[in-house]
Amino acid sequence: MKKRIFSMLLASAMVFGLVACGSNTDTATTGDAATGGDTTEQTTAAADGSVLNIYCWNEEFKSRVTDHYPGYEATGDNEGKIGDVTVKWNITPNENNAYQNNLDENLLKQADAAANDKIDLFLVEADYALKYVDTDYTMPVADLGITEDELANQYKYTQDVMTDSNGVLKGLSWQGCPGTFIYNREAAKEVLGSDDPADVQAAVSDWNKFADTASKMQAAGYKMTATANDSYRVFSNNVSGQWVQDGKVVVDDNIKNWVEMSKKMVDAGQTGTQDLWGDDWNKGFYPDGKVFSYFGPAWLINFCMAADQEGSIANQGGWGACEGPQGFFWGGTWICAAAGTDNADLVADIMRQLTTNEDVMLDIVKKDSDFVNNKPAMEKCAEDDSYAFDVFGGQNPIAMYCAGAEKIDLSNQGAYDQGCNEEFQKAMKNYFDGNATYDEAIEQFNKAIVEKYPELTTE
Amino acid sequence: MEKNNNKAVIKYNRWGYIFLIPFVVTYVIFQLIPLCSTIYNSFFENYRSGLTQIGPNFVGLENYKALLGGGELLGYLKNTLIMWVLGFVPQIFFSLLLGAWFSDPALRLKCQRFFKTVIYLPNLIMASAFAMLFFTLFSDTGPVNDILIGLGIIHQPYQFMIHVGSVRGLVAFMNFIMWFGNTTILLLAGMLGIDSSLYEAAEVDGASATQIFYRITLPLLKPILLYVMVTSLIGGLQMFDVPQILTNGNGDPMRSAMTMIMYLNKHLYSKNYGMGGALSVLLFFVTGVLSIIIFKTMNQPEKEAK
Repeated sequence: MKKRIFSMLLASAMVFGLVACGSNTDTATTGDAATGGDTTEQTTAAADGSVLNIYCWNEEFKSRVTDHYPGYEATGDNEGKIGDVTVKWNITPNENNAYQNNLDENLLKQADAAANDKIDLFLVEADYALKYVDTDYTMPVADLGITEDELANQYKYTQDVMTDSNGVLKGLSWQGCPGTFIYNREAAKEVLGSDDPADVQAAVSDWNKFADTASKMQAAGYKMTATANDSYRVFSNNVSGQWVQDGKVVVDDNIKNWVEMSKKMVDAGQTGTQDLWGDDWNKGFYPDGKVFSYFGPAWLINFCMAADQEGSIANQGGWGACEGPQGFFWGGTWICAAAGTDNADLVADIMRQLTTNEDVMLDIVKKDSDFVNNKPAMEKCAEDDSYAFDVFGGQNPIAMYCAGAEKIDLSNQGAYDQGCNEEFQKAMKNYFDGNATYDEAIEQFNKAIVEKYPELTTE
Repeated sequence: MEKNNNKAVIKYNRWGYIFLIPFVVTYVIFQLIPLCSTIYNSFFENYRSGLTQIGPNFVGLENYKALLGGGELLGYLKNTLIMWVLGFVPQIFFSLLLGAWFSDPALRLKCQRFFKTVIYLPNLIMASAFAMLFFTLFSDTGPVNDILIGLGIIHQPYQFMIHVGSVRGLVAFMNFIMWFGNTTILLLAGMLGIDSSLYEAAEVDGASATQIFYRITLPLLKPILLYVMVTSLIGGLQMFDVPQILTNGNGDPMRSAMTMIMYLNKHLYSKNYGMGGALSVLLFFVTGVLSIIIFKTMNQPEKEAK
């Protein structure tokens, strides 16, 4: 009898466990379906919650808040405190879209989440900003109580990116990302005879001179750029139209110019075809990598190029910067308030401190060599040698950034940019490597785009 | 008395059914319902564009038409099968060889347990970790190229990741390394199950080792071989993690290493459950047909022998 009862118990426990699992998944899916529509009612933020949930993809913003937000106190690896509010960092890497997948799932569940689990603040990049800006999931900056006057000092382009189709501003950034041509001073001295920014600029002032310099560099054993993708942004920022026009993907002529130039350079051995961010790309951060130049904004040099690694070129201040063949911008991080946040005041204050408070922003420039989103302040810094970058061997590139930031034009930015840029580079790699003709590579790009965005058509 | 007995038997049998419930419930929830909903989903247009959900709208067989119309699917099936065969042939060869050696009492191999453990070890590593390791080893500036250059075999780094042959070869090699231990253990179990008196009789009759292997071991091993073939085929058709990680999800060069499931995964970027469902259903049929073919061809000679 005892045995029977025992086995009965066991069996029922197993069945019960299964049923419990099943019902769990059920509620999750219905939660998904229920959201989507109206979130306006929650935008009038409730009383301050005790947990601030921040979604981002790397440590950059976390270190900005830790170092520069007054009153922030780190209490753990991914936890901190501002006053009585616990700050929870939810960091998901960008790789393979993981950050956006995670963010999307949680935004769609936002309406049903408990107050302390709701996303309060999340970050986006220019490439996919419109995906979030043009929805009700982001809260208008004006609703947070931040007025236009407070934002008057910011670069206009940083606000254009985050303005939705109705003209409502949805997010703010502390940084501007005009790009420069970052060159290896050692190589410039050896090959061009001078590492002075003006002389180097003269050698790369347009794409023809750029190609000439590339040949010289090759003769001296240097690669012009680490990979073909390095120069991609310079071309893709200077296009004449959006990637997607009337639901159709269009390859701009300037992008075709990039393909043509890159193919020549790859065939000549002046650059490689590896992916950005990989080991083969990183090699150029060190003298042994023998890479002459990278294209990038301030964050690339201060955050990505191994400046804190002993022996890297950046560590020794061995880079220089000049304008390069064409102006461009790359990336940048914007702060968005999630609709339904229970910490609206705190989110507003973080935005104010980091993106409008001149003292905090100058501190960021000093400490992190970032280019901040404050026009008058940056123009002052441009003339002040104490703001020179160590990584540039004491050169102050801020004047260059100021000029670049004024010129950034985002009218050709679209919601599909991220997917199109990524897939185009991937597909062209096959052409550069000699595994496909240009037409075959384009065909593969078209295939990949339709897989990613089934609603689009291709040429 | 009889009636009572019958009742008791029925009452007792009831326990059998009660104990079956967990498995049936598991099967229904985690296999049958998803299977049916996959087929159901395949008839709908259902994806997400950014944060906007599109569909589900009933579109009939449109998803299937789109998949089959492009002709790419056949290419991905071909890639999958090529990489599977490239890995499976050495796998079955070495497994049979090792199995025969381990089970041969005449050889009296020492440290059998040790070797059995060692050959099984690669299977314990996560496939993705294994692929990451290979990606690093065979990168343009990785250790393999360093060694080859150091030995003077090549002068320029060989770019393993941009050549069709080397990418497919690496995938097949990894699958071989990961699975030959498992297959060896299975085949060995089958070989040890063969009556040893048959071997002794063959030896007395003067059969050579080769003859014994082909005339006794292989025919009697057929059920196990069939099992190994079919499970390996199904596993092979679902090949995903190794090529996905090795090629960073692209299956490049020119998608020559893209498998069916990697293609399925591409549709999940936009949460395209319609296309994903249709692709899964097609894969289901392909797997079924190929399994039946293997089943039939493997079973045929036996009937003839009778």
